[in-house]
Amino acid sequence: MRATAQPSTLKPIQTLRLNLARRGRLLRRLWRDAPLSVIGGVGVLFFLCMALIGPYLTPYDPIANSLRDRNQTPSWAHPFGTDNFGRDILSRIIHGGRNIFALTGTATLVAVGLGSVIGLYVGYLGGWLDQIVMRLIDALLALPALLLTLLLLGALGNSRFTVLVAIVILYVPIVTRVVRSVVLDVKTKAYIEAAEIGGESRFHILFREVLPAVLPTLAVEGALRFSYAIFLVASLGFLGLGVARPEPDWGLMVSEARDWYALSPHMLFFPSAAIVALVVCVNLMADGLRRLLEYSEVD
Amino acid sequence: MIAYIARRVLFFGLTLLLTSLIVFAAVRLLPGDVETAVLGRGAEPAARAALRQELGLDLPFFVQYANWLSRFLQGDWGNSYSIKAPIMPLVMERLGNSLRLASIAMLIAIPPAVLLGLLAGLNEGKPFDTAFSLISLVLVGIPEFVMGIILINVVALEWKLLLPSASVPPDASFGEALPRLILPSLTAAAVLLAYIGRLTRVGVIAELRRTYVRTAVLKGLRWRQVVFKHVLRNALLPTITVIAISIGWLISGLVVIENVFAYPGLGRLMVFAIQQRDLPLILGGVMISVTVFALANLIADLLYAALNPRIRLS
Amino acid sequence: MDAPILSVERLTVAYRLQGEWLEALHDVSLSVAAAQTYGIVGESGSGKSTLVQAVMGYLSANGAVRQGAITFEGEDWLHAPRRRREQLWGARLSMVPQDPLSALNPALTIGEQIAELVMRHTRASRRDAQARAVEMLKRVKLPDPEGIARRYPHQISGGQQQRALIAMALASPDLRLLVLDEPTTSLDVTTEAAILDLFAELQDNHRAATLFVTHNLGVVARMCQRVAVLYAGAVMEDAPTETLYGAALHPYTLLLLRAVPRIGDPTPLQAIAGRIPSLRQRPSGCVFAPRCPVALERCHAHKPPLERAADGHLVRCHRWREIAEGTLRLEDESAELKRREMGRAEIAFFDQLLSGEPNGAKATVMRAEHVRVRYGARGILGRLLGAKPPFRAVDDVSMRIPRGKTLGLVGESGSGKTTFARSLIGLIEIESGTAHLLEMPLRGTPRQRAKATLKAMQMIFQHPEESLNPYRTVGQTLRRPLMTLLGMKRAEADRAAADLLRAVNLPADYLSRFPGELSGGEKQRVAIARAFAAQPALILCDEPVSSLDVSVQAAILNLLAQLQAQYEVAYLFISHDLAVVGYLADYIAVIYRGQLVERGAAESFFTPPHHPYTEALLASIPLPDPKAKSRRIRLPDDQPSGAVPSGCRFHPRCPRYLGEICRAQEPPWQRDDQGRYYRCHIPPHELAELQKEDGA
Repeated sequence: MRATAQPSTLKPIQTLRLNLARRGRLLRRLWRDAPLSVIGGVGVLFFLCMALIGPYLTPYDPIANSLRDRNQTPSWAHPFGTDNFGRDILSRIIHGGRNIFALTGTATLVAVGLGSVIGLYVGYLGGWLDQIVMRLIDALLALPALLLTLLLLGALGNSRFTVLVAIVILYVPIVTRVVRSVVLDVKTKAYIEAAEIGGESRFHILFREVLPAVLPTLAVEGALRFSYAIFLVASLGFLGLGVARPEPDWGLMVSEARDWYALSPHMLFFPSAAIVALVVCVNLMADGLRRLLEYSEVD
Repeated sequence: MIAYIARRVLFFGLTLLLTSLIVFAAVRLLPGDVETAVLGRGAEPAARAALRQELGLDLPFFVQYANWLSRFLQGDWGNSYSIKAPIMPLVMERLGNSLRLASIAMLIAIPPAVLLGLLAGLNEGKPFDTAFSLISLVLVGIPEFVMGIILINVVALEWKLLLPSASVPPDASFGEALPRLILPSLTAAAVLLAYIGRLTRVGVIAELRRTYVRTAVLKGLRWRQVVFKHVLRNALLPTITVIAISIGWLISGLVVIENVFAYPGLGRLMVFAIQQRDLPLILGGVMISVTVFALANLIADLLYAALNPRIRLS
Repeated sequence: MDAPILSVERLTVAYRLQGEWLEALHDVSLSVAAAQTYGIVGESGSGKSTLVQAVMGYLSANGAVRQGAITFEGEDWLHAPRRRREQLWGARLSMVPQDPLSALNPALTIGEQIAELVMRHTRASRRDAQARAVEMLKRVKLPDPEGIARRYPHQISGGQQQRALIAMALASPDLRLLVLDEPTTSLDVTTEAAILDLFAELQDNHRAATLFVTHNLGVVARMCQRVAVLYAGAVMEDAPTETLYGAALHPYTLLLLRAVPRIGDPTPLQAIAGRIPSLRQRPSGCVFAPRCPVALERCHAHKPPLERAADGHLVRCHRWREIAEGTLRLEDESAELKRREMGRAEIAFFDQLLSGEPNGAKATVMRAEHVRVRYGARGILGRLLGAKPPFRAVDDVSMRIPRGKTLGLVGESGSGKTTFARSLIGLIEIESGTAHLLEMPLRGTPRQRAKATLKAMQMIFQHPEESLNPYRTVGQTLRRPLMTLLGMKRAEADRAAADLLRAVNLPADYLSRFPGELSGGEKQRVAIARAFAAQPALILCDEPVSSLDVSVQAAILNLLAQLQAQYEVAYLFISHDLAVVGYLADYIAVIYRGQLVERGAAESFFTPPHHPYTEALLASIPLPDPKAKSRRIRLPDDQPSGAVPSGCRFHPRCPRYLGEICRAQEPPWQRDDQGRYYRCHIPPHELAELQKEDGA
């Protein structure tokens, strides 16, 4: 027995292979049940790739004016046409997408990270700390999202960093609440109590025993938060907040295109379509993640 | 039940108090000083100090907060720096406008949302449900400003059906104001419809899977009876909460819509106040929005309790 | 014989799961006559719920009848259109479900839920229907039927909810078939007994046929005239009840009957190896062959047909003739379990609840003195913040457990038995009183306790599904206590974990498996291995077998006994099931509403006199023997979480209630001749007399 028991060398590979096989099976099942959510996931990946490598592919400077090329309709040279300053709309959308991914992605990750840690601790510890944090969260959630953002933009200055801080402040309470509710459910499970009476440290219990159960929910919540963040940043851009003027920003592009609708409707169409497509894809992906979560619960 | 109501009201008060503290602190952080805003750039240091004293800005933070709160509760919200007028009547008038817009949007959105959500939920997985899910998903994904601009350009400018701007003269009657309100309400209603409809659908599906539905079916009740008497009653309970939450969402959403349509609502006033760094106006406006939102949540909680025997009779 | 009310012929039902058809029922036939009670007994995964759904004509959306026929009163029920089924549901055939609370609509009153059925099937006005509802509630012996009719489901107790559902099922005057789907499984044993009485009594009043589906062999023996044994979707044996219990011909039936613990019977239980195959893994031959100790090659290769062994006795086994002739015996190869003789000194040790007595402290593993535990918060602020009103779950419990022995703690739900164990191990705070483990005080949360204290006491939990972290492999789970409590290095712990697995009879390659890949019994084995990892002196076993199937339960009980003999560990064994406790314990204590009411050595525990509550418990257990006479000591349904009664806590439900004294004074501990203690105002000889009269 002692000679054969060498689980530590074999196991990770086996486990990994098992997991991969399982993942593949789940994905195939998802494709059969809800093909759109797989398409949504692919769409998000596409947008992400464009944000990462797109700027190296575009031949045009997204902010340089070119008065000769003003208000051109879509053509081979400018697939999405040009705007009233002669800037290539496709290039602007790609660069804008990069900005929006960087901003909302960072903000969502920070908010999800912070919210998870807070939610894990207050949910697990309970008691007065939990009560105080929850009341504070209620108070923060009583502030309409956009108003709070406007308030912070006024307080901390009209910059992208403020927008990032605002998203984090907006979403940390929400993520905390979601994580906490899962923790409250998980912490009454016997396996957590078994860890407690096994003398495990709080860190081990929270991050090794509880966290894995929270992760699936967190993935769904993270995707939802991401889509709302895109929404919010686009809305702010539309109001002319959080961006500096020549910067390519999808919301701002829509806002500027309003006055040129009669002359060049493509100026309005392409950035609007980009926003809608990305948000819908992220929502579809969140739906897919939710389904995957249900599958694993059923299995 | 009484304990439940007491608890909800207590939480309501506590939430408002904490929120007001957060808002007050945030406003105090605003850069740019009040003195410049009120006295102009070239003011004498002595005059500035006098003003600081007059406004109580030299006092400790919590004293300032307490003073502001007591005056606020008495209805003395101070004067706006930028408009040089008392804040409360101004905010209240704009709030009225916003609420008018919001209520029309909700009237348009809620009945079809609940109906469509119910039908989709009852036909889970069938073509109607798939179509509903897809369309509502896209609707939820369209930002209000995109939707607003599409409506302006298509309905108002190309079809020449309604007016693109929603700026209503203050003395306009409801009948005069209505045509101008339709487009912005529709914009708000579109997202609201999708949102509430989706949640109703989820509620109906969850309720249909409960065991009591099987009991009802195996009593021999007709499907219609099962749905209307058993399922709907329980499925719509969470929808009430959702509607209250969507009021909060509306307050945010209206900021954008009011700007698209140049509608004189609270949201537009807020954007203006923040651009002008008009502290008392910001405070007043945010506090009133928060109160409306918290009140809607409180009413939803109480309504939920009143309709749910498990809470009503505990 | 009359034409049967219900007849099921060669029914095969399958579910479509991820594009595959999986058979849940295979070739099932049965027919139920008027006034007959037909039992379907099966463990989990036997297909009994599918059978219920098929009979009701309400299969879930992904299920379909692939073959066979169902006839109800001569009518093709399988192909009846929805309209026709709606006409008959509730009118001619109705069902009593398993979990009463979830089966009732939370938003409608009880009266309304019954009345709507009456209005649907008769031309009764609303007022008449409501009167009929009250009448039905009275028929099912609910106290204050008018009051209950006006109440909502959450306002009445589980037993009352089940009675209301029975009232609903019987409300139609034209009832022909009553399907009972595990109707007492979620109830306490005393409540179960009262509900079974009700069924028996109602059966005499209506001529409807009854299909009684359950996993409980005792319930079947008591209620049914005929029984079909279902295993992995197929009928193994189908016979009149007495024949089945007395002269079964199928190895599965025989083994199943040997796996049930019986009160006062120390014969070792015989476990059935292996597990019930899942829908995907149904064997191509006899479905029981992989677990059958006498399976031959042809058993694995060919499905046996359902053969007629005698008149009315059907069996599906290739070897039934050999069993009938007595040439094939199912040898009892399970581990020999020796009942340890208890010396007088050892019994005396248990008897002395409080310390300071002569028996050496050295032998004591755990002593608890005057332990009280309270739930909920006091004060207005706590209430406003949503805490529940305070409730004392354990009230002055004392006990001592010596090294290597088992104290069985018996009580129904809400008795405080689990709370007591949780307070010892620190999962809930002890309000007052003291507890010591090997002379170390038990105080505070596990985090606040010394490693030595944690190491010395471990716990096995009730639900195997929840006791292992689904995201961690068996190896990861097992090596933690070895590393944390014993300070082993990782590699050393991994080797020790493999040894632990072997000790609970699981192969070492289970180390890399996730709990999701294990059966319930296997999970519980891993949980036992984890509890033994740190070599504790005391293990708290909180209903460790109550959620397992009978055939698996026996194996776990035997494993616990074997490990105890090997490692000299003491158990506090908590259960609601006196038979299970009687099988494993050296000493038994009965707890009611937070207080011990009776205690004594296990050997002599099952003879009177008993505390009236114990008496009721014993009388309520359905015995797996159709010839056993059921004793009619019944308790009224408990009220949902009422206040603690004054005087004797049991007096509001006590069948031997004396009068004022029970209400006013807390009863003292009394001792009978055999050295058993109980807490009642009635003296031992009188109590013994009374209980003998009732044939106890």
